Amino acid sequence: MNIKTKRKIKGSIALVFSTVAAFMGLFWLVFIIFDVLRHGITALNLDLFLEDPAPPGIPEGGLRNAFIGQLLITSVATIIGVPLGVLGGTFIAEYARGTRFAQLISILSDIMVSVPSIVVGTFIYAVMVKPFGHFSGWAGSAALAFIMIPVVLRTTEDMLKLVPWTLREAAFALGASYFRVIKDIVYRAAATGILTGIILAIARVAGETAPLLFTSFNNSYFTLNMNEPIASLTVTIFNYAMGPYEDWHEKAWAAAFIITVVILIVTIVTRSIIHWRYKI
Amino acid sequence: MKKLKKLPLSDLIFGLISFSAAFTILTLIFSTIVVLYNESSLAIHKFGLLNFIFTVDWNPVREVFGAAASLYGTLVTTILALFIAIPVSIGIAIFLTEISPHILRTPIGIAIEMLAAIPSIIYGMWGLFTLAPIMAEHIEPALQKIFGNVPIINKLFEGTPIGVDLLTASIILSIMITPFIASISRDSFNLTPDIVKESAYALGATKWEVIKDIVIPYSKLGVYGGIVLALGRALGETMAVAFVLGNKHQITPSLLDAAATITVTLANEFTEADSDIYLSSLFYLALILFLMSFTILAIAKFFLLKAEKHYRR
Repeated sequence: MNIKTKRKIKGSIALVFSTVAAFMGLFWLVFIIFDVLRHGITALNLDLFLEDPAPPGIPEGGLRNAFIGQLLITSVATIIGVPLGVLGGTFIAEYARGTRFAQLISILSDIMVSVPSIVVGTFIYAVMVKPFGHFSGWAGSAALAFIMIPVVLRTTEDMLKLVPWTLREAAFALGASYFRVIKDIVYRAAATGILTGIILAIARVAGETAPLLFTSFNNSYFTLNMNEPIASLTVTIFNYAMGPYEDWHEKAWAAAFIITVVILIVTIVTRSIIHWRYKI
Repeated sequence: MKKLKKLPLSDLIFGLISFSAAFTILTLIFSTIVVLYNESSLAIHKFGLLNFIFTVDWNPVREVFGAAASLYGTLVTTILALFIAIPVSIGIAIFLTEISPHILRTPIGIAIEMLAAIPSIIYGMWGLFTLAPIMAEHIEPALQKIFGNVPIINKLFEGTPIGVDLLTASIILSIMITPFIASISRDSFNLTPDIVKESAYALGATKWEVIKDIVIPYSKLGVYGGIVLALGRALGETMAVAFVLGNKHQITPSLLDAAATITVTLANEFTEADSDIYLSSLFYLALILFLMSFTILAIAKFFLLKAEKHYRR
């Protein structure tokens, strides 16, 4: 075999391998989504949203407590996390642009985005659960907000940096203060980007389980009291899937179905908005 | 200070508020370390660092705790997951940048990124109900048949295949981290200037030779960054492995045996810890995990920043 055919064969093998790898990635995605859909749809019914859980082993009831709990915990986390993230991002992209402090915060935030979420749970447990002696919805929200702040901060920074500097200069030339420029010019120009970033951040924390395990814990009863342990969809999935009852497994699939579908739709929609708005 | 005085009041107030918001990042990191250290001081005092890391025993009844088994599980699952994920993700990146027809690039790219958006608990549950039975019935017996008579390697596949083990957990982890490595590698590959590639083609290089000798060397910093980032993520992943690892504190050579990782130990035992030293040891594990992943993620960031500078030239 001469060297030319050898090179060609080597090349074809490598290219075939790459193609197979790409389709393997797709295969897993389709496999997982298909499985979640298949098991989830059969387990879906109206009671799931309207009823609270029945006693263990009895195949009735729903997950109303977990839906409401998830909504409460995530909303409070959003109320705490989003302003802090947006303001922090504004500071490092505007007032502190180009300084070492801005660089440091930006890098540290990037690291915090990927830090193990279960560690966040242990931290919040130490400061918000142990001193009070009981699990609470507040603690769960604090843990999710902790995860949210760096995510929102980084997207805000990126989006503000996409606003052309000349736009600001034009406003400065008219005698506007920097606060005015940020409020009326920069935020407006970057609004779509920041909003979609916030929605992606909410979608991200809505799927978190580990930080809630020992902060908001779980509750088989319906409650709106954030000072008590509150059920969340994700922790419920964990408990139900690990539990012994067939009915629990079905409910876990149904909850998994809803979380997956919501998060995938939100992610696809927001990504296409960013794609369409910024052409990236 | 002169500059500050000239600023209007609104800027001073807004600047101060936004500064404190940016500062919370530092506060959060700092207080996490301090609080975790404080909470684990009992265990640090009793077991020390090296002794804690190298003790296999994890015995709540006798109140002897060691991190060796959890660390072993964490390292084995992470390394095995990377071992599977790296070639696959680089293959995906090559496919997306060099092979795929243009019209398919965006949809396949988005589909692979969708994998990253699925919450880890879904992976875990899917692993328990779907992947674990497949592993137990088909793949693991097959592996045992193939490697059963090969010395040394057969030690890796000893035991009854039940699907709840290190191998299944590693496969799930590898599926989870593939999109991270793939999308960062793809973005880095894309930054290779066309003119460099065209020069290589003009010299008669085949497509694979261009990829191997031009594209990959040119973008290696970005790829390293992606791999280290995925490593950091895999170390701290909890829910995807919690379902299929069994939380058994032991060190075994067999991949078909239950084990524990730091994260799985925390998830399963944190709310059950009934003595101070037990809870303190768990906090100690959390502290070790935090410092480990923080360091690794910082290294990843270093690579990615260096890569960014490299491409800007």
